[in-house]
Amino acid sequence: MPKVKLSEYATSTVKEVCASFNNKEGELINVLHQVQQKLGYLPAEVQELVAKELNMSAAKVYGVVTFYSFFTMVPQGENPISICMGTACYVRGGEQVLDEFKRQLKIDVGETTADGKFSLSALRCVGACGLAPVVLVGEKVHGRVAPTDVRKILSECKDGCLT
Amino acid sequence: MTDYKMHILVCGGTGCRASQSEKIVDAFKSELETRALDDEVKVIATGCFGFCEKGPIVKIIPDNTFYVQVGVVDVKDIVEEHVIKGRPLKRLLYHDPATKSQVTDTAHIDFYKKQVRIALRNCGFINPENIDEYIARDGYAALGKALSEMTPADATQLVKDSGLRGRGGGGFPTGLKWEITAKEKSDQKYVVCNADEGDPGAFMDRSILEGDPHSVIEAMAICGYCIGASKGLVYIRAEYPLAINRLKIALEQAREYGLLGDDILGSGFNFDIDIRYGAGAFVCGEETALIHSMEGHRGEPTFKPPFPSVSGYLGKPTNVNNVETFANVPVIFNKGVEWFSSIGSEKSKGTKVFALAGKVNNVGLIEVPMGITLREVIFDIGGGIRGGKKFKAVQTGGPSGGCLTEQHLDTPIDYDNLIAAGSMMGSGGMIVMDEDDCMVSIAKFYLEFTLEESCGKCTPCRIGNKRLHEILDKITKGKGTLEDIERLRVLGNVIKDTSLCGLGQTSPNPILSTLDNFYDEYLAHVNDKKCPAGQCKDLVRYEIDPDACTGCTLCFRNCPVGAISGEKKMPHYIDQTLCIKCGVCYEKCRFKAISIV
Ligand SMILES: Cc1cc2nc3c(=O)[nH]c(=O)nc-3n(C[C@H](O)[C@H](O)[C@H](O)COP(=O)(O)O)c2cc1C
Ligand code: SF4
Ligand code: SF4
Ligand code: SF4
Ligand code: FES
Ligand code: FES
Repeated sequence: MPKVKLSEYATSTVKEVCASFNNKEGELINVLHQVQQKLGYLPAEVQELVAKELNMSAAKVYGVVTFYSFFTMVPQGENPISICMGTACYVRGGEQVLDEFKRQLKIDVGETTADGKFSLSALRCVGACGLAPVVLVGEKVHGRVAPTDVRKILSECKDGCLT
Repeated sequence: MTDYKMHILVCGGTGCRASQSEKIVDAFKSELETRALDDEVKVIATGCFGFCEKGPIVKIIPDNTFYVQVGVVDVKDIVEEHVIKGRPLKRLLYHDPATKSQVTDTAHIDFYKKQVRIALRNCGFINPENIDEYIARDGYAALGKALSEMTPADATQLVKDSGLRGRGGGGFPTGLKWEITAKEKSDQKYVVCNADEGDPGAFMDRSILEGDPHSVIEAMAICGYCIGASKGLVYIRAEYPLAINRLKIALEQAREYGLLGDDILGSGFNFDIDIRYGAGAFVCGEETALIHSMEGHRGEPTFKPPFPSVSGYLGKPTNVNNVETFANVPVIFNKGVEWFSSIGSEKSKGTKVFALAGKVNNVGLIEVPMGITLREVIFDIGGGIRGGKKFKAVQTGGPSGGCLTEQHLDTPIDYDNLIAAGSMMGSGGMIVMDEDDCMVSIAKFYLEFTLEESCGKCTPCRIGNKRLHEILDKITKGKGTLEDIERLRVLGNVIKDTSLCGLGQTSPNPILSTLDNFYDEYLAHVNDKKCPAGQCKDLVRYEIDPDACTGCTLCFRNCPVGAISGEKKMPHYIDQTLCIKCGVCYEKCRFKAISIV
């Protein structure tokens, strides 16, 4: 991963979040949640700073970030697309929908398109099994999605449904 | 709920919110305001009604009229017809597919007839963001009773006598767990609520927290009183923003009312609850891993004993229960042990909530008495298999469970019967499969999940499951041998016996149970290089029968890769070198001209 120098905003955000948890080591996961919510992702430099603020080793912070799938070390695309791969969605064709997204965007799960517009991830049950198969674009839920709907969902995003 | 003449309940569960139910709430509010009815009619966003298949749901009280698939555009009509003229709006009533008649209330809808609601008693009835509505339905009466009339030992005995068993999967007797934790001597103890809900394809716990968070808070306080803990923690998935939000509001309101905090109801008992967030690791649902995660570490399980009841959070005695287990507790105090133990089967008392999904007509959240049969659940409540297809299997217990078949349909559902049949109760995922589902692929799907979620601490689970997956992959690609099938069985049993935690110990179950019940299907993949269900891409081809094809061009227009060619009104043709086997043409053709071979 390329070394980036943290912006002043990022540095002060990390420090503030850590301080709000009294810089306690045991609060690491809560700290990471808030930092990711504010900065979007957790690159190595952010992890190092968190480690310093909580007075623990960067290796341990890295160990925790990589253990939990909710934490990400790469920035998301402008339109984060998540396909539900919970069982209910799987048996109603979620995999075919995922395949079609991969094919059209030419990226794999966990990747972001070169122009930074789209990223693709797989989720496990978003609680809308009645609408299976389900696709999330940001927070917006698309239900009963067929592979043939993929093009429409993508073009809606390009028209700026999220921005 | 006395001040208003009428209440309009709009489902605010995740499924219905995905279909814009929040906008329906807003539309009702503004429509009522324009007509100056907002003093008489109150609009409430509730938790999930369970009938997600037909969402968004709107229910009108006191008439008990149940509207399905309501849209923002229908709001004006409902207000005009129902609220003002007092007659139900026929076109939005539930249409019974069997009798072809319209049904006005839930009591007459098959989906609800066989359900018994204990844990879900308030979901869909109250506004989860208003504590007064919970209190109006006997909320916090159980806590009051325990604190003022009972000793901790009496209260624990009551839970023991009820026969309540853990709903998180294991089925351990709840009262006994409380008693063990109560006996430990320590300056500090903890009550933990497990809201990690890892089963991919289930949303019971989430719906309870979204629809009735106070029932869990009340039960945790009762548990704290019984075991001698002043602190509670809810470990909840960060992916559940709505549940988290409603829980936070509920905690705040409970504190305001003096139902949490110091000297609760003047009893001298102190108790408060904090929230801890999960971060997407299935193994953290296992209680020792969950505790490590709450302490800020990687969520790796550790060997039991010591059990959390003895040494848990920060090394202190900790009682861990599941959300649904807690949600049952207040009712048991209010209605009594006899009432509770009269429901259910001999060894499994009460009810179980299931997230019924897959190929049934009525997908949703259901609560049924223990002892009901799978047939009743799938065919009466679930309304049978979609599209008139044939039932093939039902999977319970998520990635730790197994697939049951036709022969198990009349088995009464309880903890012990499901294990005897080769599956388990699990936390409540119930996925129904039909003739189009390939059981080898299903086994592979679950194994992919466990493989991704294995924490990697012990070798049988980390390496063993990888080997199992490689073998399954070979079989679904038509490259498997008979020895491979045997190897699945042998290796599966080794992993079961030698893994450290429940995840590894149960991970081979989906394979072992499909091997037992669908051995022929494995054989077909290996010997004939065929996938009988037509799902394994490497083993199927889509072909158009020129005699049946009318040349309607529908398949041609829908094929995502342009693999289909043909003139209008002439037979079409699939170029096998281009086809990616997505199955779209097969689904679209209305003349059954396309077959999977
Ligand atoms: C791999 C694994 C995952 C688990 N996931 C959950 C879960 O998501 N929710 C839950 O309540 N219990 C889960 N459990 C069971 C818990 O370890 C624990 O037994 C349960 O929370 C106890 O509560 P109960 O007695 O009320 O069921 C899981 C166990 C294992 C081995
Ligand atoms: S069985 Fe699997 S999940 Fe459990 S401790 Fe071992 S590697 Fe980790
Ligand atoms: S959809 Fe069916 S009938 Fe129509 S052109 Fe295709 S194969 Fe022929
Ligand atoms: S299966 Fe999919 S890719 Fe193949 S011909 Fe049919 S629509 Fe086209
Ligand atoms: S499995 Fe996809 S929403 Fe539940
Ligand atoms: S989410 Fe509305 S009925 Fe389940």
